[in-house]
Amino acid sequence: MTQSDFLIPTHARHRWWQSRSVRRFARHRLAMFGLVMIVVLVLACVFGPLLLPFDDLYIDLRGRFSPPFTGYHFFGTDPLGRDIAARLFMAGRISLLVGFAAMVISTVFGTVLGIAAGFFGGRIGTVLMRFVDAMLSFPNIFLLLAMAAFIKPSPIMITLIIAATSWMEIARIVEAEVRSLRERDFVVAARMLGLSNSHIMFRELLPNAIGPIIVAATLTVARAILLEAYVSFLGYGIQPPLPSWGNMLNGAQQYLDSAPWLAIVPGAAITLAVTSFNFIGDGLRDALDARSDML
Amino acid sequence: MLGYLLGRFWQSLVLLLLVSVIGFAVLNLAPGGPLSQFTLTPGMTQADLDRIATQMGLNRPLPIQYLDWLSHLLRGDWGHSYRDGRPVLDIIWEHLVATLLLMGVSTAIAIFVGTWIGVLGALRRYSIFDYAATVGAMVALSIPTFWFGLIAIYIFSLRLRWLPAGNMYTIGNGSLGDYAIHLIMPSIVLALVNVAVWSRYMRTATLDVISQDFVRTARAKGLSSRRVLIRHILRNALLPMITLLGLQLPTILGGALVTETVFTWPGMGRLFLDSLGYSDYPVVMGLLMMSAVLVLVGNLAADLTVAFVDPRIRLS
Repeated sequence: MTQSDFLIPTHARHRWWQSRSVRRFARHRLAMFGLVMIVVLVLACVFGPLLLPFDDLYIDLRGRFSPPFTGYHFFGTDPLGRDIAARLFMAGRISLLVGFAAMVISTVFGTVLGIAAGFFGGRIGTVLMRFVDAMLSFPNIFLLLAMAAFIKPSPIMITLIIAATSWMEIARIVEAEVRSLRERDFVVAARMLGLSNSHIMFRELLPNAIGPIIVAATLTVARAILLEAYVSFLGYGIQPPLPSWGNMLNGAQQYLDSAPWLAIVPGAAITLAVTSFNFIGDGLRDALDARSDML
Repeated sequence: MLGYLLGRFWQSLVLLLLVSVIGFAVLNLAPGGPLSQFTLTPGMTQADLDRIATQMGLNRPLPIQYLDWLSHLLRGDWGHSYRDGRPVLDIIWEHLVATLLLMGVSTAIAIFVGTWIGVLGALRRYSIFDYAATVGAMVALSIPTFWFGLIAIYIFSLRLRWLPAGNMYTIGNGSLGDYAIHLIMPSIVLALVNVAVWSRYMRTATLDVISQDFVRTARAKGLSSRRVLIRHILRNALLPMITLLGLQLPTILGGALVTETVFTWPGMGRLFLDSLGYSDYPVVMGLLMMSAVLVLVGNLAADLTVAFVDPRIRLS
């Protein structure tokens, strides 16, 4: 063995997909199932409406309440004769987009707040974390509905409101992580080098806390989709004629006896999407070995 | 012990104050604010709105409004409903019992079922049962409560006709059995999520306890495995679950709101939605505060229970 062999860091040749975490994630069967399901759902929602012969807003009063598999209506029609498959895909676009956007906003906000609270600690940290505790004392749905009822609900406002009620867990996780990293040598060294606070927070601490953040973010998508479904089901979320998985279920209860598919189809889509994200989150938690109190 | 109790009380008080600030802010900073209901009335002019705002003291600075509102809150004056003019607190009390009944029964079911699933999973780790319980819990956490409720109604009341589809009792029949029959479906639907959470935590807690010395000692003494399980393992594994129960309260309350809507259960959740429909601002505000207060009180109660039950905390 020559000396030059010795000096070449072999791990540098590995690509990111060859890393241990990625391989561990790929071996996680449920997570892979979730990933495939999400890809299928996203593709279906993006391209599905282009392939179907019906528009999601096309009303056909003679074809009301068609059960699934009548003619070209795979999932049947709703009380206005609109094709449920077309509505399901269009609703998926909105529900997935709202869930994803709410996750991005709440993750960024929760991470920044968590890093600040953990890094500065002391009085600032205490005040910030008590604020988090207070927000967590409200049942999510109560807070969401109270906010949604007094504004004009648009997809953007719903996204913002969902984000406003789901950033707290991430803030807590990041704060705990940063607090445990704060006294470590690399942070002390960075301080002694005279690096600015923001450099230490976002260049030194953030990359070291990224594992738990990714896991929490994935689980937040799942929860955001559920929350959108809840508020829309209760009538204060996405407003018709714009479809969302939640509001498709909104009128379903009164037709439960005569047209059960109205309830079954969108609910199954929600469950599938949320389960998939939860599976992915679980796989990421195992792969990144991140501790997290979120289930 | 006294220091711990005082510290815990103090913490809850601070949180309560923060909660009131947030609750007040949410509803006052929203566009329209408390006046939003009146803007919907046809023929309402800006002059009328200004007059109402003055009457309600809404043109004062927000901090003053907050302090005024808080002082009324503390004296038990939570305002009057826009709908029928009755005191908000009276209306909430009327609906609180139904919600607590539903939550209590549902939580009891969740604890019982979740404990056994969790303990069995831990005792037979990596068995098919354990694996199925893990996956099942994750799916259960992903099912929207209202959808599960609708499916349950479809199967058990519309098709099989075993159970009533909603309400708390049949009119004209107030017997205990009638209440019980109406309770079955909503409480099980509400319990689903908590069975999932509870069984996961119980599994972890049991695994922690199983590997400890005192369990090995108990086994070595020749105690029956049943006795070890109940006296040694369960007793210790259930301790942290009391805290979990407190932490789960917001989820249970939120779930109760949705369950009550689906099953037309006359509790706080239904009241909340009805009040939203009428823009009954004082009642919405009151319920928002009441939900947070219930959570805080529940958490405090859980921590105090642990402190009394667990000598390790009592003595420190």
